[in-house]
Amino acid sequence: MTDAPHTPRRPASPVSCAKPAANISAAMAPLSLPTPDGSPAASPMTSSKTNAPVPSHVKQQVRGVEHMAHDAAITPSPSSAFKPKRRRVVQGLGTSMAALSLGGLATQTAEAASSEQSPAATAQHQEAGTSARFFTAAEFAFLTAACERLFPEDDMGPGATMLGVPDFIEGQMNTPWGRGEKWFMSGPHRTGPDNLGYQLPYSPRQIYRIGIAGTQAWVRQQHNAPFESLPSTTQDAILTALEHNATQFDALPASAFFEQLRSDTIEGAFADPIHGGNRHMGGWKMMGFPGARADYMDWVDRYETPYPYGPVSISGETG
Amino acid sequence: MAEKTLPPVDAVVVGAGWAGSIMAKELCEAGLSVVMLERGGRRSTAKDGAYPASIDELEGATRYKLFQNPAQTTVTVRNRLDQEALPYRRLAAFLPGEGVGGAGLHWTGVHFRAMPQDLRLRSHITERYGKTFIPDGMNLQDYGVTYEELEPFFDRAEKVFGTSGEAYTVDGKVVGKGNPFAPDRSDDFPLPPLRDVYTAHLFRKAATEAGFHPYAMPAANASHPYTNPYGAQMGPCNFCGYCSDYACYMYAKASPNVNILPALRQHANFTLRSNAHVLKVLLDSTGKKATGVVYQDAEGNHITQPAGLVILAAFQFHNVHLMLLSGIGKPYDPHSNSGTVGRNFTYQNITNTTVLMPPTRSTDQFIGSAGGVAIDDFNCDNFDHGPLGFIGGSPLWVNQAGVKPIAGAKATFPGAPRWGSAWKKQAVDTYRHAFTINAQGSNMAYRDVYLDLDPTWTNVYGQPLLRMTFDWKDNDIRMNRHVVSKLDGVVKALGARDVHYSMREPGKPFDVRDYQTTHLCGGAVMGDDPNTSALNRYLQSWDVPNVFVVGANAFPQGMGYNPTGLVAALAYWSAHHIRTQWLKGNGGPLVTP
Ligand SMILES: Cc1cc2nc3c(=O)[nH]c(=O)nc-3n(C[C@H](O)[C@H](O)[C@H](O)COP(=O)(O)OP(=O)(O)OC[C@H]3O[C@@H](n4cnc5c(N)ncnc54)[C@H](O)[C@@H]3O)c2cc1C
Ligand code: SF4
Repeated sequence: MTDAPHTPRRPASPVSCAKPAANISAAMAPLSLPTPDGSPAASPMTSSKTNAPVPSHVKQQVRGVEHMAHDAAITPSPSSAFKPKRRRVVQGLGTSMAALSLGGLATQTAEAASSEQSPAATAQHQEAGTSARFFTAAEFAFLTAACERLFPEDDMGPGATMLGVPDFIEGQMNTPWGRGEKWFMSGPHRTGPDNLGYQLPYSPRQIYRIGIAGTQAWVRQQHNAPFESLPSTTQDAILTALEHNATQFDALPASAFFEQLRSDTIEGAFADPIHGGNRHMGGWKMMGFPGARADYMDWVDRYETPYPYGPVSISGETG
Repeated sequence: MAEKTLPPVDAVVVGAGWAGSIMAKELCEAGLSVVMLERGGRRSTAKDGAYPASIDELEGATRYKLFQNPAQTTVTVRNRLDQEALPYRRLAAFLPGEGVGGAGLHWTGVHFRAMPQDLRLRSHITERYGKTFIPDGMNLQDYGVTYEELEPFFDRAEKVFGTSGEAYTVDGKVVGKGNPFAPDRSDDFPLPPLRDVYTAHLFRKAATEAGFHPYAMPAANASHPYTNPYGAQMGPCNFCGYCSDYACYMYAKASPNVNILPALRQHANFTLRSNAHVLKVLLDSTGKKATGVVYQDAEGNHITQPAGLVILAAFQFHNVHLMLLSGIGKPYDPHSNSGTVGRNFTYQNITNTTVLMPPTRSTDQFIGSAGGVAIDDFNCDNFDHGPLGFIGGSPLWVNQAGVKPIAGAKATFPGAPRWGSAWKKQAVDTYRHAFTINAQGSNMAYRDVYLDLDPTWTNVYGQPLLRMTFDWKDNDIRMNRHVVSKLDGVVKALGARDVHYSMREPGKPFDVRDYQTTHLCGGAVMGDDPNTSALNRYLQSWDVPNVFVVGANAFPQGMGYNPTGLVAALAYWSAHHIRTQWLKGNGGPLVTP
C-alpha cells in the first residue's frame, strides 16, 4: 500500500475574480439523464466521457455562454476592496523553536522530507492535474443558483456567489475526496436503514453529475425552464422538495444530492480562502471567527470582553 | 509482489500510536531489539503541525487528512443480530487514526485516570446493590487490576504526557480544589491546570450555584513549558482551539511524536517502519506460540518479520481484527455467550446540550483546549443508583476544544431552518452566543453487542472487514437521560436565553452518520477468567502467551472518562510485568488460570 492519497491543499485552479453570474441564461440543449458511471450523456464540456457526439453549434453556444459569463462585469462587493490592516502570519514560532527537543526532531524532519512528497512537488502535481474544469457551464449555472439560495446574500452578509462557493466546489471536484478516493467505494452496494450511513456507489463528482442533470430534467418537466431561470421562491420550493426527498435520480435519492450541496456550500462559505471560497474571509467575518490567528494566550480569561480582532487567513490576508 | 523474510528481532510492535510507542520505549529500555510497524506514513509536528497550513478546518476536521482512509480498510456496522451489516463508507461517528503517532497526534488531550469502582465494576455493583441489580444480557466484568496497583503507572503516564490538572488529595491529604470524587494520588499533576475559558468559567460558577462540585479537567496540554522524564520538551498551550483532529503546532499537546518518539529514536536497538500494514500474526504449528508477523510494504511486497514477542497496539478494533484474522483466541459467539475475541465491545455514551446565552454575551467558542470544567457528581457510582435501577454514569463538562465555523454552521437544532437566510441568522447567533455542555457517559457491555468478521465485504488486502454489532440499550439510555436532566439547575443559574437538551432517545438506534467519539472499547478484554476475557490482567493473550494486546480493547466495559489515560497506564503496567517477570521466565503465561 501507499500512504493515503495526498489531499491537495489548494483549489484546483487559481480562482479568478470574475465568475459566472447567478442567472446565466439557459441557452443549452436540454440535458438527458447521465449514464450510470456518472458521466453526462450530452455534456459538451467533458470531452473524455461524452457518449453522444455533440453538434458543433451546441459547443459554440456553450462556449459563448461561458465566455460571456467570465466577461460579465461583477460589481465588486465592499468586502472585495479590502485593505490589509495587520499581518500576523507566523505566530508562536519562538515557542515552537524552543520546543525542539533531543535533536530528534531534526532527524524526524529530514526523514519526513525524504519519505514524503515535498510540498512543492505536491503543488506542481496539482497544477498539472487541474486544467480541465469538472462542471459544464450549464451545470455551473445550476450550482451557482442553487448555492445562492442555500446561502443567500442578505443583511447578515455576502451570499454564496460573492463568497466564491461554486468555485470552491469546482475545486473540490478535482481532489481525491471529489473522486471518492476517501470513501470506501467497494461493492456490493446494498441499501439499509439511514442510520447505517451512506451506501451509494457514487463519488461526490458522480453525485453532482447525476443530481444536477436529474434535478434539471425534473424542473423542466414542471416549469419548462431550467432551475437558474426561475424566481427565487420557486427555486426555494424546488430545493425544499429535494431536501424532503420528493424524487430520485437513478439510484440517487434527491435528499442525498441536496445534503451534498448543502454541506459543500457551507464548507465553501467557511473554509479558508486558499480553497477558493470564503472570499476575503466574508464568511468568517459574518460568523465572528478569527481564522488562523490561533493564539488566544492573552484572551482566554478576559471574560467580559469579546475577542476584538478580525480574521487572518492561512495566506496572511487580514480582515 | 515479492515475499521476503527478514532477520528475527526480539520484539515486534504493531502500531505507532500511544500504546505502541510506550511499549516500544519500555522494551528498548529493557535491551530488546524492537521493530515498530506502522501502516500509515511518517508524521511529525514539524511537517503535519506546521503553522499556519496545519490549522485548516477543511483539510483537518472535514476531509480527515490525518485519519484512516476508509477506502483502504473500514468496518461494517449493524444494530442487531438479525440485520445485514453495511460498510462504514464515510468517516463520521468515529475517526480512527493512522500514521506515526496514531490518533495520539490528533487527539484532544483530555487525560483522565480511571475510577477505582470502574476497574472492579461487577464486584462493586454486586457488593453495593446485590447481584440481581445487574440486568439480563449485561456482561458486567472486573478488569482484574485495581486502582491501587495501577496508581504508579497513571502517575508515570501523566509525567510523560505533561498533564495539567489540579489534584484533590495526595497521599490522603487535601492539597487543592480538584475533583473531590477522584481517587487518591501519590503525587500532584506535573503541571497546574489550564486556565478556564469563558464558557468553562460560566459553567464553574453555575455548577457551584446548583450545588455540584466543579473542577478543572485534566488535560495533556501543557499549561507551562515542560520537559518530561524522557527529556522531551513541550511548549505552552496558547488555546489555539485546534487540538481535536489536528497536530499541535505549539508542541503543547502531548503526542507520541513529541513526547516519546524523539527519545525512542535514540535507542540503537529501535527500528520504525512506516507504510507497513500488518496482515496477521504468524503462529507455529501448535497455534500456541507466535513466530512473528507478516506485513505488506508500500510496494505491495509481503514481508515476514520473525520475532520472539509480538505486541499488538494497532488500536482497539484493529487489535481485535488482527486477533480474529490470525486465529488468536476463540471468536465470541453471541448465541452461546462463549468465546472471548470480539466479546464486550463498547463505546462511549455521549450527548451534547447546547446553551444559548443572551446576545450581549460572546462565547468566543473558537478559543479552546483540552481543558475545561467538569462535575463528577453523576459519574461512575458517585451517586446512589439503588432507586434508579441503572448502572453507570457521566461526567458533565464544558470542554471547549475550539469550535470552527464549518462544524458550527453545519450543526442545527431539530426543527430549525437548515439553509437560507433564516438559517444563516441562526447559525451566526449560535456561533457567537452558544456553547456546549457534554454528558460523556459510560456504555455497558451486552451479550449481543460484539465484533466479528464480516461475511461479505473485504478490504484492499483481500481480508474480511471487521463487523460491529452495536446498539444503545435501555440501561444506557436511562443513564444518559437521568444525568442530562441534572443540567436543569445549571442552565437556570447560567441565565441562558435558550437551551437545546440532547439526550438518547429510546428506540433511536446507534447512528454512524453523527460524530460521537472515537472512544471505542472492548472486544479483547482483560480479566481473571479465560472464559470471559481474551487477555489476562497483564494484557497477555490467554491462548498465545508471547502476544500482548495493548489498547482500549482491554476495557471490559466503558467508563465515563476518556480512555487514553487508562490505555497509557495499562501499557506501562503491562510493560513493567513483561520486563520484570515475562522476560525472566520461559515465555509462558504470567497467570495460570
Ligand atoms: C479526534 C479525536 C479526539 C480524541 N480525544 C481524546 C481525548 O481527549 N482523550 C482521550 O483520552 N482520548 C481521546 N481520543 C482517543 C485517543 O486518540 C485514543 O484512545 C488513543 O490514541 C489510542 O491509542 P492507541 O495507541 O491504542 O491507538 P492509535 O493511536 O489509533 O494507534 C494505533 C496505530 O496502529 C496503526 N495500525 C492499525 N492497524 C495496523 C496494521 N494492521 N498494521 C500496522 N499498523 C496498524 C494505526 O495506523 C495507528 O497509527 C481521541 C480520538 C480522536 C480521533
Ligand atoms: S489548544 Fe493548546 S494544546 Fe491544543 S493544539 Fe492549540 S496550542 Fe496545542
